[in-house]
Amino acid sequence: MPDQPPDPSSEPCDFMHSEAFLHGLMRRQLRLSLGCASAFLLVLVGLPLANYAAPEFMSQPVGGFTLTWLVLGVLVFPFVWIIARVFITRSMALEEAEVELAAAGKERGQG
Amino acid sequence: MPLSSFDPWILAFSAITVAVTLWMGFRSAKSSKSASDFFVAGRSVSVGWNASAISGEYLSAASFMGVAGMVMLSGYDALWYPVCYACGYLFLLLFIAGPLRRFGAYTIPDFAEGRYDSPVFRKIAVCFVLFIGFFYTMPQMKGAGTTLAYIFPGLPYWVGVLVVGLVITLNVALGGMKGITLVQAVQYWIKMFAISVPVFVLLSVYGGYGKQLGLNQGAVSAAPVALVERVALPEKAPRDGVWLAPFGPLTTKAVKAAAEALPAGERASYLAEHQKPYSLLYTFSLIVALVCGTAGLPHILVRFYTNPDGVAAKKTTMWVMILIGVFYVFPPIFGVLGRNFLPELYAATGSKGPDKVVLELPTLIRAKYGVLGSILSGITCAGAFAAFMSTFSGLLVSMTGALAHDVYGRMLRPQASAAERMRMFKWCAVLVGGVAVLLGSQVEQLDINFMVGQAFAIAAASYFPLLFMSVWWRGMTMAGAATGMLSGGILALCCVTLTSISDILAKTGKAAATASGGNWQPDALNQFWISHPLLRILAEQPALWAVPLAIGLMVVVSKATRASIPGDIRMKMLVLHAPEKLGLKQEYIQEQQGAGH
Repeated sequence: MPDQPPDPSSEPCDFMHSEAFLHGLMRRQLRLSLGCASAFLLVLVGLPLANYAAPEFMSQPVGGFTLTWLVLGVLVFPFVWIIARVFITRSMALEEAEVELAAAGKERGQG
Repeated sequence: MPLSSFDPWILAFSAITVAVTLWMGFRSAKSSKSASDFFVAGRSVSVGWNASAISGEYLSAASFMGVAGMVMLSGYDALWYPVCYACGYLFLLLFIAGPLRRFGAYTIPDFAEGRYDSPVFRKIAVCFVLFIGFFYTMPQMKGAGTTLAYIFPGLPYWVGVLVVGLVITLNVALGGMKGITLVQAVQYWIKMFAISVPVFVLLSVYGGYGKQLGLNQGAVSAAPVALVERVALPEKAPRDGVWLAPFGPLTTKAVKAAAEALPAGERASYLAEHQKPYSLLYTFSLIVALVCGTAGLPHILVRFYTNPDGVAAKKTTMWVMILIGVFYVFPPIFGVLGRNFLPELYAATGSKGPDKVVLELPTLIRAKYGVLGSILSGITCAGAFAAFMSTFSGLLVSMTGALAHDVYGRMLRPQASAAERMRMFKWCAVLVGGVAVLLGSQVEQLDINFMVGQAFAIAAASYFPLLFMSVWWRGMTMAGAATGMLSGGILALCCVTLTSISDILAKTGKAAATASGGNWQPDALNQFWISHPLLRILAEQPALWAVPLAIGLMVVVSKATRASIPGDIRMKMLVLHAPEKLGLKQEYIQEQQGAGH
């Protein structure tokens, strides 16, 4: 299945209910979610690995904190907010685009 | 201490919290009229209110008191708890929140039946809602009992359980979901205030977060901190280096027990080889349990139905993450301060030890500044009250909803009128509240965080795979979903129960050995764990294998039973994923009615 939006003219009768529309819809949503999740997983998987592989580097003092404590105790929260913000903005834009695509498909079907 | 020696400020603040909760419950009872108000707050709760309410419900006794206690006890490794509690929401937002809301069912069992056209599956899902709910209720009740006994020394444990049980049951029975939304939202702000204000005061008096943590760096920190004189750590406290660094006491218990059983000469090389890899494995499994568990707790999921639309559901989750993220920065600070100033708490365990650090720390200010300290103590106690009251109300609503809506309204009497269902909601609230009080009064000896951890592990291995796969894979069948959910959940339950039994056996065995002056001889179960530390870790933290196992079973069984994929699966998937503006939901309902469902 190609990633680009399907051509509405391919199933003119009832594009909104078509397999192509659903498949494209789910695929684009899942790609967005997985993209954001991988940024998040980078920290959840990466931080323990960094603690494991480079303990001296991670325990260097930063303003009284150790580097790893600063990351996990404080900085991780704003990082997650940024991912959430990006996801919400993009997913709303995606929904708008889906509505337009469905409308275009409908018009063609009627025309 | 006699009953008369309690601090009047603490009493006043706690009484105000209870009174406000009751008053708001009565007030909202007047505006909760319809069945929809009771079950999903009329689906009309604004983003701000709903986000505060979800956060209020989520920040339980374990978050308010337990996280601080754990950080004090275990140091760095315990930071994963607040981080994963907060970040599990991201998983909800990314994969589950939007589709679930678009599907628009009243409860999770509604979703289970709607997605698979199977009334049997609804019954299974109801059982899980009740089961996980009661598991999560018990620690809240225990928090209530111990806090009240702390505020009024001499008061029996069960009084706190009964008082909180009565207040919240009354609230839920009067106002249902709409009533408690308002109460929980206000309780969030009480908790936020109660956890942040004492920290700001304590840090301004004794020096900043970094400075406090720096006290534990020993040789690393070159400049001595003149402002604070740190109390010497008692014997039982973990050493500075171990406490501050990753892979500390929380994650290395099993491998250390195994090392102790070896001859003295082999211990060092065994630990050098195994300690860090096993500890890393433990950390990963804990992360999976907490993140997936958050996304699978039924009482949190029900809240997504109270949003007016899918966009509001997403915005709500964003705000919830900000609200709880800000909150979770504070409990670890309490833990650090507790280690520096109240190390005597290390001598005791559970609610008499590090767990009460949040309530104890403001008393330091009382010794120095008198009334200001009393007011701070009052505020933290009010926060603790708000913590277990709001989480319990959320659980009570979701369990009552499961009984009244799913069991009574769908299974026993589908023809019941809306008024009858509402009356039944009230009776079910009383029933569930009564059972919760009874169970809560029996768990005084158990550890709060441990019980919460069990609920998370079970939810992670059952509900999360169910929801994730049902939303994103159209090939799922009812048989696959049920097999995966039940196997994952039951195996996780068996494993955590087995480890808790062996912990109790070890505890009683050691106590008996100390009493008789001999050495503890491990029983067969503990002996097994000592010779197989890896298995012990995987049983104590089963999420790492249980979640993939549940998903794997779902895929395999669904493929084997692919003939039973619902016929209108494309339409169901469209309703789950297509923007609500397209109106597919209404179309779907009409089709269902037309088909005689």
